[in-house]
Amino acid sequence: MNIHEYQGKAILKSFGVSIQEGIVADSPSAAVEAAKKLQADTGTGWWVIKAQIHAGGRGKGKIVGTEQRGVALAKNLDEVSTIAKNILGNTLVTIQTGDAGKQVNKILVAQDVYYPGASPTKEFYMSVLLDRAKGRNIIMYSTEGGMNIEDVAHDTPHLIFKEEIDPRVGLQPFQARKVAFNLGLSGEAFKQMVKFVTNLYKAYDTIDAAMFEINPVFKTSDDKIIAVDTKLSFDENALFRHPDYAALRDKTEEDPTEVEAGEFNLNYVKLDGNVGCMVNGAGLAMATMDIIKLSGGEPANFLDVGGTANAQRVEQAFRIILKDENVKAILVNIFGGIVRCDRVAQGIVDAYKNMGSINIPIIVRLQGTNAVEAKKIIDDSGLKVFSAIALQEAADLVKKVLA
Amino acid sequence: MSVLVNKNSKILVQGFTGNEGTFHATQMLEYGTQVVGGVTPGKGGSMHLDKPVFNTVKDGVTSTGADVSIIFVPPPFAADAIMEAAEAGIKVIVCITEGIPTKDMIAVKEYLKGSGARLIGPNCPGIITADEAKVGIMPGFVFKKGKIGIVSKSGTLTYEAADQVVKQGMGITTAIGIGGDPIIGTTTKEAVELLMNDPETEGIVMIGEIGGGMEAEAAKWIKEHGTKPVVGFIAGQTAPPGRRMGHAGAIVGGADDTAAAKMKIMRECGIHVVESPAVIGQTMAKALGLVTA
Repeated sequence: MNIHEYQGKAILKSFGVSIQEGIVADSPSAAVEAAKKLQADTGTGWWVIKAQIHAGGRGKGKIVGTEQRGVALAKNLDEVSTIAKNILGNTLVTIQTGDAGKQVNKILVAQDVYYPGASPTKEFYMSVLLDRAKGRNIIMYSTEGGMNIEDVAHDTPHLIFKEEIDPRVGLQPFQARKVAFNLGLSGEAFKQMVKFVTNLYKAYDTIDAAMFEINPVFKTSDDKIIAVDTKLSFDENALFRHPDYAALRDKTEEDPTEVEAGEFNLNYVKLDGNVGCMVNGAGLAMATMDIIKLSGGEPANFLDVGGTANAQRVEQAFRIILKDENVKAILVNIFGGIVRCDRVAQGIVDAYKNMGSINIPIIVRLQGTNAVEAKKIIDDSGLKVFSAIALQEAADLVKKVLA
Repeated sequence: MSVLVNKNSKILVQGFTGNEGTFHATQMLEYGTQVVGGVTPGKGGSMHLDKPVFNTVKDGVTSTGADVSIIFVPPPFAADAIMEAAEAGIKVIVCITEGIPTKDMIAVKEYLKGSGARLIGPNCPGIITADEAKVGIMPGFVFKKGKIGIVSKSGTLTYEAADQVVKQGMGITTAIGIGGDPIIGTTTKEAVELLMNDPETEGIVMIGEIGGGMEAEAAKWIKEHGTKPVVGFIAGQTAPPGRRMGHAGAIVGGADDTAAAKMKIMRECGIHVVESPAVIGQTMAKALGLVTA
């Protein structure tokens, strides 16, 4: 589960991680008030206005039909108001949102951290994540902040460092010091970085995070170390022990059909293709998407109906898939093991009849227990449903209905 | 011969008296698996499915000589159940539970080091040695006895592959569902190695998914040490980057964990890679020279 930048920063701050201070606002007048308060609290002379959406690339992204960027500097309160007006309620398109973009409902009015001072400023990169091969968390960091880390990894891999955390003892002080040394810091900035890393890992570990990415970690001209942009995501399997963080979920950031599917406990991911699918099991569902592609179609979704493919569930799944107007055919692929195929077939027939008319071809492939009886139920139903038993037959039928 | 479980394996069911535990223990018994009892804290001393219930895994091991456990405990308590099994001396721990927090699994992985216990899963369908023991939730009838081993991250896709292999007349030795989570007890490579060393197994089907580097690691091992044909499939060739496809571990994070990248390495290491999951069985038959191309 992802959260907004302003929420992530509030969590980090609660663990003693220094952040670029800011106040969230949902209207231009609130933005101006936020700017005034921030000036009083931090002494900032300028402000950075940051669109709050769950996607990166905001600084380069633009509000549809305008030149307004998703992150912009305001040098006076009039500019704060103008930028807020330009952004709020409008759609921001970035490299990560796709062409449809995302509506911005909130902005973060943040302090300007590039104020002049004695010491040169510096941007670093830092993330905390699971190393799957080792089964341990690592802190990954680089002197090259503010850039796309995959580009850094590709072009200058020697500038990326990793610190592996031993789960028996957690992050040790020598490791935090090593991070600060490797980033070339000394004096007050060194001390601040040790504290930053220590508290950052404590936050990651305590909240059951799946990933932290702080880019950039910024050294100010007075040697403070602060998180300027933050991406935090949670391990969804652990949200049961963090109801307060689970409540931070912003459903407006998610595809509405995916949200609806979730309410039916259907595991659904919307894709861009023209052939919908309904499958039992995640691996078989992915494999079915692949079959659709190999048959000349494009998968319109991932959908795992799980172990109980009864009429009610099948009907819910059909309704979810059919919300997508691009869907020109549906492939149902169920391997009936403990759940019997004839029962699933009856469920499909009942769901189909219950829904009235479905105007696109449906291919039903049922394999496993009572597959032959299941095929007969489908074939005798009189419905416009193609039936198959072998996976290859289903693939051929997809090809046929798309032709 | 067989790997991990056989007709002599004595199985304890953790979470025995719950719905899932009861249903699947019944199925396992019907398959002929030696389920010797189960564990439900607080219900020790009672009987369930005509088998004894124990308060602790240790009690169960002491009384029955169990050497394998299967876990149907809900996610918040599953990590604890795994560690309890290891502490009690269980050699093969099969964890079916889906949804265990990653942080808990990091601790489990550390705890198991040097314990002598092998964990299969979590978030897996379990293990079946055809005609001998079903320690899992798979439909037993699909797995007719034969000569092909299966290693898979997925449940139903394993059944699909087994069904194709059986229909090609080859049959199954042992199928190992290793699980779809980011941290699992037994890797693809380790499971492949077990089957490669099993004299009854003549060919191996290896089914992976997007996410992580386990298939590449297995492929490199196969290139060095492989003595039997391996047919490979990676689910999720059409999955978009950054989206989780059902399984917690099935997510493309970078260039190396796409299906295309994994399939390329697997091909380079001599694995018979199929793009379509519909031809797993026939590809294995060809690889073994049972049919001509």
